[in-house]
Order: sequence, then structure tokens, then C-alpha cells
Amino acid sequence: MIRFTWFRFRTQALVAAGVLAVLAVVLLVTGIRLADAYDAAVAACKPHGDCASALRHFPSSGYLAAGNAMHLLVIAVPCVLGMFWGAPLAAREFETGTFRLAWTQGSTRTRWLAVKLAVAGTASMAVAGLLSLMVTWWNSPIAAAQMTARLDPGIFSESGIAPVGYAAFAFASGVTAGLLSRRTVPAMAVTLAVFAAVVWFAFPAWVRPHLLPPAQATVPLSTGSVNGFEYTSPDQRALFVQTAPPDIPGAWILSAQLTAPDGRPVSTVPATGACGPNAPGNSCQAYVLSLHLRQAVTYQPASRYWPLQWYETGIYLALAFALGGLCLWWIRPGRFAGLDVRHRTSLPAPALQSSP
Amino acid sequence: MNTVIEAGGLGKRYGRRWALADCTLTVPAGRVVGLVGPNGAGKTTLLQLAAGLLAPDSGTISVLGGRPASTPAQIARVGFVAQDAPVYAGLSIAGHLRMGGWLSPGWDSELAARRISRLGLDLRQRAGSLSGGQRAQLALTLATAKRPDLLLLDEPVASLDPLARREFLQDLMETVAEQQVSVVLSSHLISDIERVCDYLIVLVASRVRVAGETEELVATHHRLSGPRREPHSLPASWDVIEESQAGKQSMLLVRTQDPILDPAWTVRPVSLEDLVLAYMSRAGDATRARRPGLEVAS
Repeated sequence: MIRFTWFRFRTQALVAAGVLAVLAVVLLVTGIRLADAYDAAVAACKPHGDCASALRHFPSSGYLAAGNAMHLLVIAVPCVLGMFWGAPLAAREFETGTFRLAWTQGSTRTRWLAVKLAVAGTASMAVAGLLSLMVTWWNSPIAAAQMTARLDPGIFSESGIAPVGYAAFAFASGVTAGLLSRRTVPAMAVTLAVFAAVVWFAFPAWVRPHLLPPAQATVPLSTGSVNGFEYTSPDQRALFVQTAPPDIPGAWILSAQLTAPDGRPVSTVPATGACGPNAPGNSCQAYVLSLHLRQAVTYQPASRYWPLQWYETGIYLALAFALGGLCLWWIRPGRFAGLDVRHRTSLPAPALQSSP
Repeated sequence: MNTVIEAGGLGKRYGRRWALADCTLTVPAGRVVGLVGPNGAGKTTLLQLAAGLLAPDSGTISVLGGRPASTPAQIARVGFVAQDAPVYAGLSIAGHLRMGGWLSPGWDSELAARRISRLGLDLRQRAGSLSGGQRAQLALTLATAKRPDLLLLDEPVASLDPLARREFLQDLMETVAEQQVSVVLSSHLISDIERVCDYLIVLVASRVRVAGETEELVATHHRLSGPRREPHSLPASWDVIEESQAGKQSMLLVRTQDPILDPAWTVRPVSLEDLVLAYMSRAGDATRARRPGLEVAS
């Protein structure tokens, strides 16, 4: 069964390997250039001492666009593999009726499915993992220059090893949907919907922040964090202070609450003449800073990138294995009762007929 | 072993509809068994249960003494050609033969290659471009080169034209002669059954209406015509399958081991087709009376 599965799968696997190889060459050539450009930019700004602001505009817009496109690729490829390798895996055999051949030729159906899951599932994970590693390496000069937080949801899902978990999950969802619906196209649609809902939406919003207990910190409100003010209406006796989260390098800020010096949460401060229409330019800001307000922050520090990557990958792998187990349970001999023998194409035959 | 399939109270349900209900039958070994019946009688369901593609919802089925498809060894002993002979459209004939070699423990690659060359098929041709007859032949090759003890064929010739049908059945008979394999073949074409089968099972609405060697069935059934008789005045050893009255004439189809000696009857032999039709219509009446909701045609 292993040799036959590989025999049937090899064309798709070789196409994927070929595409990856071409992409690897392109990324290698442009990636080396990008790294050289980064080294040159650092060498140029070092004498002036202010590399941070100089590098903020480091790569040309072409490189930036390419980097964004590749990150999109890293998150999209697991979904695409789930749709095109996972969903048809069982559904296609049901649609064409070839499962009747496969299940009666010599291999038990459990082994048939287990081997297919293992071969195509491993291939999906390998493709997603290699792609993610290549893009992560390629993008590292841009990330260093822009000091982007690797934990930022926009980057985290598209780097490191997490895409391996996504690929396993998408693939297993596809196979499960295909096995349950026995139709390829609906199974592909379900795979896309599940992937979008879980990987793109629900997990980063509700699960990932809590994988590790977030760190807490209280920092004094700094000038950089004050974005603006707004009078409460209609009495104008208080001011809303609009704040940005404090700058903690590399951290993923989950929440930032403005508090009084004693720790009480506040959202407004009493209005004074310093903030009146005739007050000088930054007197209002000076007034707010003089109140010694603080920001209570919950965040995931930069050092948690790899622990979070491992947790997330592990969770998706566990989900994938659970779905795989469900598939094997569903298909087991004696269980598969819902299998319809009625045919899509009915034979043009009356109850009885004689051949000439 | 003298039976290849034994089913007791076997049932299979799709939703609320029973495709096969309370089916009890025995299929003898070493025969080419024809399984006939109208559409919806449960032939396909029965064969899929025997091949282990389906699991019964009630009752038991044992094939070659084992539970269908329970182990690779059991699968290896049963060759199955499903209705419409499914094959992998994108895979070449050579690819299918390699698949057989990889999947089937007892694969006879020489036999497979010999069959394909005898059929004049190109090994590089994709299965999707084969004609219906060629596809059926390929599926039969995959099933027979496993060297099974039992071959199950579900309507193997239903979609073939008469010429392809004749060739397929000819080829099947040669295979059976070569391999000493038991065969169960379902069909609604009685002429096909007549050509290849030496044992007949008529299945109507899950029930075996008659089973026996074809020669014996033909020898023990007679069509009689004679003066009108009341049913109770007929000999007790006669099993009246079909009866019709026309004026003062009685037309009967009876089954009896005894010679018909009464000179009042004109005795004519019965063709297998007439015999099967008589059993099917008789069973159909009984079925409709007993289970009014059941639809016979699917």
C-alpha cells in the first residue's frame, strides 16, 4: 500500500518539490542581495549613531511588497494543500467508485487510509515547513531593520514552525470533510472555511494570548504614548486621554489600561486651563504628564516567541492527529454503514431483458 | 469446504429503507453461480456485503468461512468486480497491474500480463480511455490475478454491448476453467446466466425464490396444458409455480421430480428464462401482498 500510495501521489509531490526548488533559488539569490544591502545600510548609519531611524526605511518598496506576498504565501499554502491534497484524498475515490477496487484488492481499508494519511500528510507538512523556513530566513534583514515584533499576529503565523502545524491541521480537516461528505468540492469549501475560521481568526484572537500566562507591567505614561485629548461632551469638565500602548521591544501587547498613580483605572482627567483653546502648544501634554499617570500592560514578551511557536504547533498537530483518528474510526470495517450503493448513473436496463 | 457464502437473516439498511432484509442463503463451492432477480432485489447489496464493502445491519454472513474483509488474507481470497468496474482513470494499465502486485499477496503477474496481451490491450494506455468492455476486462484481470478462491462479479456485463458481453463471458469461462475458482455472478440478463452459470439463485425482495443446478431446474420444471382442473385435484408432489386458466384449459408451470404420466396433460419443456420469470412474478405477488410499501424497482 505504501508503494502504491507513493506511486499515485508522486506526480503531485514532485510538482510541489519542483515549485519549492524554484522558489528556493529565487529566494536564495534575492535573499543574499537583501542581506548584503542590510549590512551596507548598517555600515553607513553606524558612524552617525542613529541606525534605528535610518533603517526604518531600509528595504526598497519592491522588497517590502515581495516580503508581504511571501508571508501571505506561507499562511495560504497550508490551506491550499488541505484543499487540494486533503479533501480529494478519500472523496475522489468515493466519487469515482474506485474505493470498491482499493478496498477489495488486498489491503484493509484502515491500512489504505492510514497510509494515504501518512504519505500525503507528511508531504503537506514538509512543504509548509520548508516554505516557512525559507521565507523566515529571507525576511530576517527586513525584520531586523524595522524591529518588527516577531510575536505580532501578522508575522507570528507566517514564520517559524507554526505553518507545519497549520498544514497538518488543514490536511486532516480536508480528509475528514472528504470522508464525511464523500464529495470533493464541498469538502474543499469546508476545508477553506474551517481554516479561515480557526487559523486566521479564532486561534490568534482567543487562544494564542492565553497559551502562556501573559506578563504584567506598570509603566509611567510617557510622552510617546500620548496620542491626543478630547473634551468630554457636553459639560467639558474632563478630558479623555487617548493613549498608544507603551513601547516594549518585541513584545505582543495584549492590553494597556491607563491608571492613576494609586493603580485605579482612569479614562479621563480633570480639565484645566492648560488644555484650553488659548493655551500654548504642549502645555496640555505637560499637564497630563504632571499627573504621573501610568499604564498597566499585559503582554507576551519577545522571549516567548519560540515557546509559543512550539505550543501552537503542538496544538495543531494534536488536532490533526485527532481528526486522523476520527477518520480511521469512521472508516473501520463494520462501522461504515452509511455507504450508499445507489449509483449516480443508472443503467438503462429493465427488470429483465434478453441479449440477442 | 462445500459452501463459499452462508448468510443468515442478513439485512442492510440505508436510512429507513431496507435494501436487503432477512436474507438467508447458501452458495455452494466449485460452481459458477448466477444470482438473478429484478432491480432492487438486493443483489448488489448482497455482493457488497460478501466483499466486505458493507457491514450488515442485522444477521450474519460468512465468506469462505471468515468474516468479509476482516483481514488482508480474507481480502486476498475474494476477488471482486464492482458494478461498472471502477478503475483509476488516470492510471495506465501497467500501473493497475503494478498496483495488483503491491496490494495482493498472491499476485500472479504472469497471468495478468498474459491476460492483458491476449486482450490486445496496450499497457501504456490510461484506464480512463478504455471502452466499457476493456475496462470490465481490466477489472476482471485485477480480480483474477489475485488468484482468489471466490470471484464475485456484480453485473459485470450490464453496461456492455452484446459483442463485448459475449467476449467477457467467454473469457470468464476460460478463467474459471483454468483456475478452479468459485464464481458468483449477478445479472438480470438470463441469457448470460444461461451461457456461463451451472447454478442459479433467484433472489426477489431479499428472498431466495429458487436455487439449484440449472440443468436440474430445467429438467424438473414442466409447462403443462390440459383440461381445466381444480388446484386441489393436482398431485401432491407437484409444486405449481404458475397457473392460468383460459376457458376450459389450464396452463400450469409445475416443479416435480416425478414423470408426468397423466395423458390429459400436454407436457412441454421450459426455458430457463421462462422459469426465472415465473418465479419472479410469483414472488412479486407474494411480496406485494406481504409488504405493501416496498418498491421493487429502484
